Amino acid sequence: MANHDIDITVRRGTVHALVGENGAGKSTLMKILYGMQKPDEGTIAVDGEQVTFNNPGDAIARGVGMVHQHFMLADNLTVLENVVLGSEKLYGIGDKARAKIKEISEAYGLGIRTDVLVEDLGVADRQRVEILKVLYRGARTLILDEPTAVLVPQEVDALFDNLRELKAEGLTVIFISHKLGEVLSVADDITVIRRGTTVGTADPAHTTTKQLAELMVGSELPSPETRESTVTDVPMLTVEDLSLSAVDPDGVVRAVLDGVSFTIHKGEVLGIAGVEGNGQSELVDTIMGMRHPDRGVLTLDGTDISTAPTRKRREDGIGCIPEDRHRHGLLLEAPLWENRILGHVTEKPNSKGAILDLKAARRDTERIVREYDVRTPGIDVTAASLSGGNQQKLIVGREMSHAPKLLIAAHPTRGVDVGAQAQIWDQIRDARREGLAVLLISADLDELIGLSDTLRVMYRGRLVADADPATITPEELGSAMTGAATGHLEHESPEGDSRPEATDGPEDEAR
Amino acid sequence: MKKIDKERLLLGIAAPLLAVVAAFLITALVLAATGKEPFSAFGIMFDYGVKSDSQVYIINKATTYYLAGLAVAIGFRMNLFNIGVDGQYRLAAFFAAAVGGALTLPGIVQIPLIIITAMIVGAMWAGIAGVLKTTRGVSEVVSTIMLNFIATAIIGYLLQPGRLGHLDAAGTEVATTPLPESSHFFEFPTTPTPIIGFVVIAAIAGVAYWFTLARTRFGFDLRTVGRSDTAAAASGVNVKKMVVTSMLLSGAMAGLIGMPTLLNESYAYGSGFPLGIGFTGIAIALLGRNHPVGIALSAILWAFLERGAQQLEFEGYDREIVGVMQGVIVLCVVIAYEVVRRFGLKRQQRRVGEKLAAQARTNDKTEVSA
Repeated sequence: MANHDIDITVRRGTVHALVGENGAGKSTLMKILYGMQKPDEGTIAVDGEQVTFNNPGDAIARGVGMVHQHFMLADNLTVLENVVLGSEKLYGIGDKARAKIKEISEAYGLGIRTDVLVEDLGVADRQRVEILKVLYRGARTLILDEPTAVLVPQEVDALFDNLRELKAEGLTVIFISHKLGEVLSVADDITVIRRGTTVGTADPAHTTTKQLAELMVGSELPSPETRESTVTDVPMLTVEDLSLSAVDPDGVVRAVLDGVSFTIHKGEVLGIAGVEGNGQSELVDTIMGMRHPDRGVLTLDGTDISTAPTRKRREDGIGCIPEDRHRHGLLLEAPLWENRILGHVTEKPNSKGAILDLKAARRDTERIVREYDVRTPGIDVTAASLSGGNQQKLIVGREMSHAPKLLIAAHPTRGVDVGAQAQIWDQIRDARREGLAVLLISADLDELIGLSDTLRVMYRGRLVADADPATITPEELGSAMTGAATGHLEHESPEGDSRPEATDGPEDEAR
Repeated sequence: MKKIDKERLLLGIAAPLLAVVAAFLITALVLAATGKEPFSAFGIMFDYGVKSDSQVYIINKATTYYLAGLAVAIGFRMNLFNIGVDGQYRLAAFFAAAVGGALTLPGIVQIPLIIITAMIVGAMWAGIAGVLKTTRGVSEVVSTIMLNFIATAIIGYLLQPGRLGHLDAAGTEVATTPLPESSHFFEFPTTPTPIIGFVVIAAIAGVAYWFTLARTRFGFDLRTVGRSDTAAAASGVNVKKMVVTSMLLSGAMAGLIGMPTLLNESYAYGSGFPLGIGFTGIAIALLGRNHPVGIALSAILWAFLERGAQQLEFEGYDREIVGVMQGVIVLCVVIAYEVVRRFGLKRQQRRVGEKLAAQARTNDKTEVSA
């Protein structure tokens, strides 16, 4: 059962935020509201009239539209074509449609250009196209599923301006998020969901992120920890002049990594900020040995590993929490104990010589499940049947179990619930204290600022800026992420900052 | 936990069983459509199939099929579709027969020599496809099909009088020089016909297959690539090397397919050497879920069906009906596995969810009461 006894009332002309941990049942609820899934019991009423949605078409006919977290746009079509696709009957596909799109765009300040190709648009523009698509179909109630997950802070502000426009025109917005700071700044009403049921509502004017987070988790959050620097001056990983070029889909050779150099010392967390797709994944792949750089030298703990194969690098002490755990970190259809062996098949306790030691591997899987609090009925279930947070805990446990010298953590808490998030942070901190070097890549700027000892900003394959995590704000990082600022970022105006989460580290911030 | 395990086993058996039953039903419809009474046909097949001489036939035939199934299954476990098992085993058997016919060594030396020759030839032939895939990105499906044709042409060229072939006394068949008596493999003296000794080798191959895949590091790497090549690469497996290695292994196993016939029956490679067993192997591996025991059962089923087909002919049925049945089984198997797999995955996800929710609820209660 994903949801039970959900009660929500959304007032017309408001932004209503729906918050809850991952796996709390937000998405299921949205699917029901949008007609993608049918409830076993209960009713939905729009404008006081009871309705049944058998499919998204019914929902749209009732003026309910959905903007998905993952955009559903065809890259090789223009904005106009994308918008009319599937709704050709409404205003045709020609000038009438174009005029209608312009009208909507102006009415809500969306700033849409109708004839550019979607592939030429940035993430924020694509999102606006998605919103326009829904409005074009006549929606009066918009459901936005985690709309800010892909945006940098400046773009989030712009999106919120758009939402306020929509609200002013009498439209209703249901906003799903687990970023509490954002929720508080944009929502008129907040409903909290926990374990598939509504546990309360909150008034954003009189609620703090901490109270909201505790409502979400159902218990008090771990108290913030004082930061003590554990950085030593012993280099663990040295990257010198790493460059990699790749052929992009248009057949053009592009530098995806361009002269990247940095050093991570024992006990140091180096955070890399950047909009996704600026070379972070390639950097991880290159350090792991899955891609071969055009030039550059990698030194791990004094040994040149530039030409070592991936397995050797892993055996030498590189652990990796991959960005895409389903593609790179797990065998989804294999049981947990086999997933525990993955990536460490040559190491103890998984094998003795060339033969697997199933008994020891299973025993150790049970230990990981226990120590890292992986919620599972047993170690024989497939990895696919665990929730994202528990899958991630298993991966973290596995990588930490081989005493890594260097941990690469790419978006370690993405799609992970608040409780697991705090645990993963604690584990990274503990390991750091024992001399682990960490390369942290994250789209969550608060996480980056909270965990890192050193911050670098990556833009178009180059490290363009660095910053001191003790003073920098997400906004300042954000402007470097879009290429607007380079060099050493100095924190400018400590007082002029109104964003609530700017002062919170991940220690006490729940998303 | 035990419950989920039992369930997985049940689901595992459900799919092939479902497929076989569905295939029988569909075949019954086909028979009925041609105006023949279906169930008496099945009765004939069964009665004939369980006779003692049929049993020997089935075991002997299944030995060959089992090896074919294993050869294909090695590829399947890697997500490689080795359609070329057919060409590999024929080429392997041909060269092994040629080598065996040219030498007269003691059996203890010559039999292993023949077998090893076959395995090496099979491996090399499959290896070509592996190398093409890793270096040039050629799909193994395409390259192995092409290699089948090339193998046929090579054998056709070499199997001629004056080259490696000899016309027999009757002047009807061209074959390689017969193996010397010492190179005949042993037999179990059962009545009325003996069971071939190669069944032992097939069993050993099955155990080796199971052990390598389930208990060794290498097998784990191989299965990892089959499940997710991205995860395998990230975990440190050299995927390209693994592709070539597993093609070599699949080919080496394919090399064994012709050996029961060569060493226990024909003692030479002639124009009458069985064809198309590689394709049968694909069906058998599919039906047997790439599992060593499953492959054995489906090899026996296949041999049983073919035995039954012989009798059907005498009783006035078309023997092609068994071909229809085999084809339908394969189709049903593919569908049934996918259906059962999805069902099982969903069911497990739901059960895990329920179990955790129940745990969470009891936790809540204890918190409240505490």
